[in-house]
Amino acid sequence: MTARLTRWTGLAALVTTALTVWLGLWVTPPAKVQGTLVRLLYIHPPVAWVALYCAFGLAALSSVLYLWRRTRSLFWDRLGAAAVEVGVVFTALTLVTGSLWGRPTWGVWWTWTARLTSTALLLVLFLGYMALRRVPASPEVRARRCAVAAIVAFVDVPIVSFSVDWWQTLHQRGTVLNPGLTLKVHGSMAWTMGLGFLAMTLVFVWMVLVRYRLEVLADRVGDEELEVSLSERWAETGGVPSPPAAVQAPELWGGRR
Amino acid sequence: MWRDAVLVAGKDLRIELRSRVALWQVVPFAVLVLVLFGFALGPGRAALRTAAPGLYWLAVLFSTILVTQRSFAIESGEGTRDGLRLAGIDPAGVFLGKAAAVAAQLVAVQVVLGAGIVILFDVRFDAVWLALVASVLATLGLAAAGVLYGALSSGLRVRETLLPLLVLPIVAPVLIAGSRAWSAAITGAVASGASWLKILGPFAAVYVAMGVVLYGPLQETA
Amino acid sequence: MASAVHLRSAVALAGRFPALSGVDLSVAPGEVVAVLGPNGAGKTSLLRACAGLLPVTSGEAVVLGCDLRADRAAVRRRVGLLGHDASLYDELTAGENVRFAVRAAGMPATRVDAALDRLGLVGRLRRTPAGRLSAGQRRRAALAVLVARSPELWLLDEPHAGLDASARSLLDGLVMEAAEAGAAVLLSSHEPNLTVPLADHVVSMAGGRVTEVARGPRRPVLSSVTGEGSASVA
Repeated sequence: MTARLTRWTGLAALVTTALTVWLGLWVTPPAKVQGTLVRLLYIHPPVAWVALYCAFGLAALSSVLYLWRRTRSLFWDRLGAAAVEVGVVFTALTLVTGSLWGRPTWGVWWTWTARLTSTALLLVLFLGYMALRRVPASPEVRARRCAVAAIVAFVDVPIVSFSVDWWQTLHQRGTVLNPGLTLKVHGSMAWTMGLGFLAMTLVFVWMVLVRYRLEVLADRVGDEELEVSLSERWAETGGVPSPPAAVQAPELWGGRR
Repeated sequence: MWRDAVLVAGKDLRIELRSRVALWQVVPFAVLVLVLFGFALGPGRAALRTAAPGLYWLAVLFSTILVTQRSFAIESGEGTRDGLRLAGIDPAGVFLGKAAAVAAQLVAVQVVLGAGIVILFDVRFDAVWLALVASVLATLGLAAAGVLYGALSSGLRVRETLLPLLVLPIVAPVLIAGSRAWSAAITGAVASGASWLKILGPFAAVYVAMGVVLYGPLQETA
Repeated sequence: MASAVHLRSAVALAGRFPALSGVDLSVAPGEVVAVLGPNGAGKTSLLRACAGLLPVTSGEAVVLGCDLRADRAAVRRRVGLLGHDASLYDELTAGENVRFAVRAAGMPATRVDAALDRLGLVGRLRRTPAGRLSAGQRRRAALAVLVARSPELWLLDEPHAGLDASARSLLDGLVMEAAEAGAAVLLSSHEPNLTVPLADHVVSMAGGRVTEVARGPRRPVLSSVTGEGSASVA
């Protein structure tokens, strides 16, 4: 079921992305001021949308649902982890595409605009989450640790963007360039941009599905290793291989409680 | 909860009074950071004076990392970490107590650092009250965020490297708001400076509240 | 009578390692149980699981009427654990360590001095920071914490290690007193001759499980081993 869903999502993502590339590079006209640079518009905003809203929104939701006792399940932990990892990739892509656009437009790779700075901070915040996730622990301990870290980080996001916003407007007034929003988008360009949003969202969903499956498989390997080490442990007692009925690997990992 | 907080804070501060780690290691380190920044920026008075608030708050941020690490190092003996859990102390009380002790040590660090920028960088304050209020709010926020992440990383083998990576991006708003508020306190632009308190205040409130709620689940991961 | 400790097929993980691989054990209040076994048999893990520190992930685990799988925090304040490494703050004196533990438990401070006296920590010893005490003196200070808190379940991990003869007899006396007052006591050891004489039951562990339960010398012959609430392999 999930395998089929994954396959179809992947296919749809591939098709829409290919269409966006075709429309974006060949069909749509270059813009008046920006010239061919405007084509980044079909990829940058959709990538940023996925990174900032889909990925981290999903991760925040899953973390809260994991910590809440009534909905606690490793499902949410895996989903959150998958969303953060994919989100990190998309955030990095947001910065890269933004930078590619900024270099010819502003003449520099990086400017200290509010949006850029808070996106970069967000990237670092979630690299921290991933570092924490790599610390070996039993799945439940890791899940709890990561959920707490994620929530603490999420609460910071609005404060960061607010303060960075303020910091920037107070001290760099007049240098703000934000043509991405002032540009008039119409006709085939609007269609292409819309398609870009759809394509990137589908890519996101597909990546999360694949990543989720990988987490499940990794946990299953953990379960099997645990069964092996349990039987090794029993062998130490002189070989009384009568595992109590209650001991079953999926339950050991608190699979669904 | 409050009784436990007082108990834990008292214990941590008593340990600090005996070991003097914050006094003889963290304070000199913070001053050293200021001096090194001075070297990096060169002897030009004007440049140093403009940079002073930012340097001050960076030094405070680094000190927060050290003080937090120390706060959990005293619990890191296998026995003592269990001891705190076995003692039957309310986790929220542990959080508040530890945060209070960290905040108290940060205040001591800041007194010396404040004197440091006045002496080394020739800074004069136009609105001292603004600098003080900003400091108090920032310290609360830093202590709360530091203790939250200190608990998260305590007991991990990679804690020394992980803690700065986790804490520093989180406290970036404190760095921004703190140094802007201090700049305003120095130049006397009180109105724009006071508006930064609207970031420092909520930051402190949010992180203290989150610590009270999340410290319980966090303690179970140690 | 409800058992102080009731474990059935209890599995506990230390990281990803099954430190307990299906323990069956029950201990009644007032009983002293010696837990024997080679290194790595799971003795320390058993005590830590009973203290609510090591999470039990599978099987039944009820200690002092609290389900360890549901709420471990409730158990913690009612048990006393003496680990290998005495849980003391090095910078605080023996007296301050005991006082901190007593106040944390919300008990009257009057218990502090009595406990310190009982363990022979008087005069200069009481005022020395724990970091400068000898291993044996640290052990005494950690025991003073237990005495002051008088838990309902005593969990003593290798309690005789590093103690001289007088301290050993002091410890034995404390264990007997606690048991007579109705507390259950679990003593781990790999030296049977020190712990077995104290025990109602002797439990052998290997590979993270209880492999054998025998009657100890303290248990009158008439009382059946399989009786209600006594230590038994299920």
